[in-house]
Amino acid sequence: MLHPMPSFGELSLLLALMLSVYALFAGALSLWAIAHKHQLAVDAERLRETARRAGIASFVAVSCAVFALVWAAFTNDYSVDYILHHTNRSLATAYKFSALWSGQEGSLLLWAWLLSGYGFVLRLRDKADVTLHAYAGTILAGIQIFFFLLLVFAARPFSLVPGGVAPADGLGLNTLLQYPEMVIHPPMLYLGYVGFSVPFAFALGALMMRYPGEKWIHITRRWTMVTWLFLTCGICLGMHWAYAVLGWGGYWGWDPVENASLMPWLGGTAFLHSVMMQEKRGMMKRWNVWLIFVTFMLSILGTLLTRSGLVSSVHAFAQSSIGDWFVIFLAIVALVCTFTFVLQGDHLKTENHLESYVSRESSFLFNNLVLLTASFVVLWGTLYPVLSEWVNGSKETVGPYYYNRVMVPIGLALLFLTGVGPLLAWRSTSLRAIRRNFVLPCIAVIVTALALMAFGVRPWHDDSYGGGIYALVCIALGAGVITAITSEFLRGAGVVRTQTDKNLLASAILLTHRNTRRYGGYLIHFGIVVLFIGIAGSAFNRSEEHEMGFGDSIQLNGYKLVCQSFSQDSNAEYDTDYALLDVFHNGKKITQLAPEHRFYNASQQPLTVVAIHSTLAADLYVVYEGQNPDTGRPIIKVFLNPLVNWIWIGVGIVIFGTFIALVPPLLPVSRKVEVPAGAAAVVGGPNA
Amino acid sequence: MHKRVFHVALLFAAALTMLGAGSSTTTLDRIGHKLECPCGCAEILSECNHVGCPDSGPMIDELRKDIVAGQSEPAILNAFVAEYGPVVLAAPLRGGFDVVAWIVPFAVLVLGGLGIVFVLRRWHRHTQLAAPAAPVADEEAMRERIRRDTE
Repeated sequence: MLHPMPSFGELSLLLALMLSVYALFAGALSLWAIAHKHQLAVDAERLRETARRAGIASFVAVSCAVFALVWAAFTNDYSVDYILHHTNRSLATAYKFSALWSGQEGSLLLWAWLLSGYGFVLRLRDKADVTLHAYAGTILAGIQIFFFLLLVFAARPFSLVPGGVAPADGLGLNTLLQYPEMVIHPPMLYLGYVGFSVPFAFALGALMMRYPGEKWIHITRRWTMVTWLFLTCGICLGMHWAYAVLGWGGYWGWDPVENASLMPWLGGTAFLHSVMMQEKRGMMKRWNVWLIFVTFMLSILGTLLTRSGLVSSVHAFAQSSIGDWFVIFLAIVALVCTFTFVLQGDHLKTENHLESYVSRESSFLFNNLVLLTASFVVLWGTLYPVLSEWVNGSKETVGPYYYNRVMVPIGLALLFLTGVGPLLAWRSTSLRAIRRNFVLPCIAVIVTALALMAFGVRPWHDDSYGGGIYALVCIALGAGVITAITSEFLRGAGVVRTQTDKNLLASAILLTHRNTRRYGGYLIHFGIVVLFIGIAGSAFNRSEEHEMGFGDSIQLNGYKLVCQSFSQDSNAEYDTDYALLDVFHNGKKITQLAPEHRFYNASQQPLTVVAIHSTLAADLYVVYEGQNPDTGRPIIKVFLNPLVNWIWIGVGIVIFGTFIALVPPLLPVSRKVEVPAGAAAVVGGPNA
Repeated sequence: MHKRVFHVALLFAAALTMLGAGSSTTTLDRIGHKLECPCGCAEILSECNHVGCPDSGPMIDELRKDIVAGQSEPAILNAFVAEYGPVVLAAPLRGGFDVVAWIVPFAVLVLGGLGIVFVLRRWHRHTQLAAPAAPVADEEAMRERIRRDTE
């Protein structure tokens, strides 16, 4: 039987692989010839150009493969094993598209496509520095080859069902993935993971060609920020999905897959801070190169951990036998990085040295320490079950109990540095400046702590096992950081106002526009503080669970939920059980919630549909847990989760701040000065 | 000014003293928070409140009996591990090699901190000694090429 579209997809992947191989070898050969002034049979620069074009063409080829898979999903081509296992006829259109990344093979294809897409843009925008872009493009081609090899030999998305005869209908998409955020969460996350390949390729390329100066960092800064933004969005969308879909009342469970995304995010954050030392002061060049190497390797390591089955994860769909491929790839990357650094690293010499211990430079060092320790702890906790199995003979649990005790103090240290760092000047900070900058934030910390204690957050009556103390410290520190950021804005805006006669708001906007990077960064810090305050709220979470008949109620911290009815319904996709609950707060009805429990026919999987009443103070989160088989009545679990909305607001501010930081700053405008008549003649005319 | 600093320091000290004040947690709650319900709900034993859980109720009763019998915390935890397997612990808490799980992160942080102090001192010392390095001829050629490339 003929299967034209799957064959087209297979062929496209093979072509993409061949083009990438050509881009790697032709690129490497031409760059070697140019660097060593060696004469080749063909002109080296033209050969380099063909490598660039092959890289561009590889994106077109892999796009064809992606098109073929999406086409197969939309045309219900169940002769393709992947489509059979991840779609069915009645699946909604958006989810048919998202089936592309709902399984191992599809998600690797998405990875390869995004990587080639980044490479496509990089190769098109090579005018900033042709040679450096050629190095970066060649390194990217090497990474592309790995993913294409995987797709062609180990995780084939176009493999046909045994016998090649298509069943009448597919087995459907995992029900947990049938949620709007799942249509955008994986692409965002992958854009983040994959994106670190670009600064990695530039860093390695710059090291290979002994690139002087900081220009490669200027070129990659936007790439890194955009990548970081995608990863941030991806992680936060995943958090929101876990919160809204999984029905356990939380948004972060320290699952290995979640940890895998956090590790490169922390590394990338450290890199974004650390490169400023290199840009402004010509310091930490070797460190920065290794930081981006490690960040890239962490994104690969995370994928290895979760896809190899080495550590167990709730994301079971992703486990397979491709771990060995990732181990080999990781080993090659580590070897290439080490070898290149040993050969070429000697030109990375610092141009300046520390002038004072109390300076922005030293705060960046501590910031890097805390971020990288956090990243290490996540890796350590993820790998510890494996380690304990080797040593103790049994896998230990390393979950929220462990991470909350180890990561929270580290997080608070980071929050502290978020406040302190921007208040310190480059080179040296005088005692007078420290007094001027730190008095208000310190007062804010103390006043907030006392106010919280007055309003009932009493560490000595803590019934949340340390959570209350941490929450108090976090919110108080957060208030200090917000005060520091606000006073920085106001101080700068005040200066602009005296210069321009604009009002304070307009002055603050102009100030931000003049130095988008700095003030965008402050906004990001502000967003992170808001996010931390939202997380601190989890110390005060409460929950109750009851079986509920008609008129039965649950009471929780001033809320009362009364069961109005419970029933069942069916449609083509699923059967559902639901309950209608009237919600009262302080005796007044505020809303009606309808938590559901669905059972999908095609995949034979259940799904909990959580009902949430969300306010700035707290989320009332209601889950239909199931039915008591003896009475037929629903079992309802209610969570009261304070400050959850602050997390999503904080993320929004972080995204906004990142956009601001990406905007080019306003160039200084030269002011026209009225020259008195005859003055030009006095100084020698206009061309003097 | 010194007086003000002293007052702030005093206030901090008072706050810190309060932070260290004893909590009202019972032994039952404390140990219960170190165990996980083994029914698959992934809840901390003391917080597991789902209707009809086959495990949490009997386990909490068992824990209460052990505490009343005067058993030490390690002995209780070991007994639970023997009965339900190591997955019953919410974290590596068995002592021995498990201590490493807790020590390593903070050891890394402390060693890193010491490393930074060392680097800062070294850089600071170099500031007085280092003279600006003369640009290497190759680098100058490279800079020239970059200028050409980027024009």
